[in-house]
Amino acid sequence: MPPSPGDLVLDARDLHKTFATGRSGMRKSRVSAVDGVSLRLHAGESLGIVGESGCGKSTLARMLVGLERPDSGSIEIHGRDVTRVRGRDRRLLRRQVQMVFQDPYTSLDPRMSVLELIGEPLVVHKQVTSDAARRDRVAELLGLVNLAPELMHRYPHQFSGGQRQRIGIARALALDPEVLVCDEPVSALDMSVQAQVVNLLRDLQRRMNIALLFIAHDLSVVRHVADRTAVMYLGRLAEIGDTTTVYDAPAHPYTQALLSAAPVVDRNRRKLGDRIMLIGDPPSPANPPTGCRFHTRCRFAQDRCAAEQPVARRLEDASDRTVACHFAEEAQATATAVG
Amino acid sequence: MRHPPDAALHVRGLSVTFGTRRGPVPAVVDVDLDVAPGELVALLGESGSGKSAAARAMMGLSAPNATVTADRLRLGDTDLLALPQRQRREVLGNRMSMVFQDALSALNPVLSIGDQLGELFRTHRQVSRKQARASAIELLGQVGIPAPSSRVDDYPHQFSGGMRQRILIAMAIALRPELVIADEPTTALDVTVQAQILELLDELRRDLNMAVLLITHDLGVVSEVADRVMVMYAGRVVEAGSADDLLSRPSHPYTEALLRSVPQAEHRGQELYAIPGSPPSPAHQPGGCPFHPRCARVVDRCRTERPALTVVSAGRTAACHRSEEVLHATVSG
Repeated sequence: MPPSPGDLVLDARDLHKTFATGRSGMRKSRVSAVDGVSLRLHAGESLGIVGESGCGKSTLARMLVGLERPDSGSIEIHGRDVTRVRGRDRRLLRRQVQMVFQDPYTSLDPRMSVLELIGEPLVVHKQVTSDAARRDRVAELLGLVNLAPELMHRYPHQFSGGQRQRIGIARALALDPEVLVCDEPVSALDMSVQAQVVNLLRDLQRRMNIALLFIAHDLSVVRHVADRTAVMYLGRLAEIGDTTTVYDAPAHPYTQALLSAAPVVDRNRRKLGDRIMLIGDPPSPANPPTGCRFHTRCRFAQDRCAAEQPVARRLEDASDRTVACHFAEEAQATATAVG
Repeated sequence: MRHPPDAALHVRGLSVTFGTRRGPVPAVVDVDLDVAPGELVALLGESGSGKSAAARAMMGLSAPNATVTADRLRLGDTDLLALPQRQRREVLGNRMSMVFQDALSALNPVLSIGDQLGELFRTHRQVSRKQARASAIELLGQVGIPAPSSRVDDYPHQFSGGMRQRILIAMAIALRPELVIADEPTTALDVTVQAQILELLDELRRDLNMAVLLITHDLGVVSEVADRVMVMYAGRVVEAGSADDLLSRPSHPYTEALLRSVPQAEHRGQELYAIPGSPPSPAHQPGGCPFHPRCARVVDRCRTERPALTVVSAGRTAACHRSEEVLHATVSG
């Protein structure tokens, strides 16, 4: 049954994931990739996730589509926890949450035709019973992503990057998912092609009432696509809320720095010089700082930040946003005074 | 346009053709370019536009199957075309150098940073090991590596991506070259680190009065640091001018469309302006103007006649039959 707009589709609570690194014996350590992330997705809504490499956004995405199992925490789809289930219930997760991968050059098997690529999930999940039905459904899916059905007998190398990404999207849509997780869906594409794919995803989300989780490092693309935006730093959510609020009045010092570092195309708004320059690189997730993980690079940091992990909280400005910072009010006041 | 005598790099009629099994493929056709000392010029283009092939040809680092021709290729008052191979190599690193995109593969993994930096001084300046090491430490400090004297003996894998890019920049500026060519130096980096690296490049070219040619596909990066921009499409320069001018008033439909397709805060949630199709492969270029199949302003003439690069206003050139109208449209719009 298709969900109606606003229904809670996916509810992830307190997800944790660590990976073991290093060869056995010496220098073995555990990398804390995702540390206590909770988020909710409603039908027809788009949630953007931004953050730098190593912040855990891809691990989060892989947990949501079932490619990784969280160490702890739960992922509920329509109220049913799918984290620990196997067999039939696991397939439910697979069907309802689908993924669009970053690189359309490596995520499609070069030896499969488009018909086989898009038809594969239909066959695996026994959605079609005949070759004719498969062909019809694949033609329909190609139409959805604005590709001609006649192209179904071609192979990936015969397509451009943008067309390949459309094929990847059609494949993800084959099982009528309720959630589409897109991990950097346009960053491998040429700049003149990115807008086509962004428009397509946005259009599908609206027309089919799909919940879209959109992960990208390009802040301007996320602002364009996402209804809500989450900012991640070293495995934790720094700030999450309504996109306009997060972009126009960021309350976490990291969000402020990230936004001010992003290059702007408009020369009149160029800010080289008056931007908040972060010192150094993000610390290693194998050895994250204590307390607030951002405190080593934060311009508002005090002793308390190194000792006490800030909990996500709402500010008194009644905005639709939560922020994990002890000094969010001060950070926001400073930013407003400067901006 | 600046006059050749005060240009650090002066290029006329540069072409690069790759020999392939299916015949010659023209990657760069007839490119003219000048970079003055202390100036930062951006070469903007997508994959296959020929920007990297052009940069490598200027450096003399083209692949073996590439044929490079040029009417003029001068570094300061030296004619690079007339130099024998051996002397051309001496110019590399000494008077012109390159920063590559992928710092991990551009550095030697089994030599310490100090050895790699020191090698430059020992080869080109014939200094002692001790002096070379001291110069390496000084350089690392200059590009913002914290505690350089304790890190000089570390190996590339012990540095983060941003730090490795700083080391590459240190190697490029080590011998105080007149020209640095930076090929996508920040593409592999996160935005906060990208900001640091752009700031460093900007600072160094001011302090050292270096000419910088920045190869990039990123309009945001161009807008942040470039003095002048040259836009490449399908192997040719289609538009050139000062960054302020060109980014606010494009005169080629390709530049115009690229700028329009950038998401703007005011138009959040609306349909983005999208350029149809995808960039042509150098082996299969459309006839006439190479952009015409994707152009919103296409007329019959564009399909048959390739527009030449012509002056549209002071310091501005564009290769479009309708550049006057494009320029006018952005003024009134």
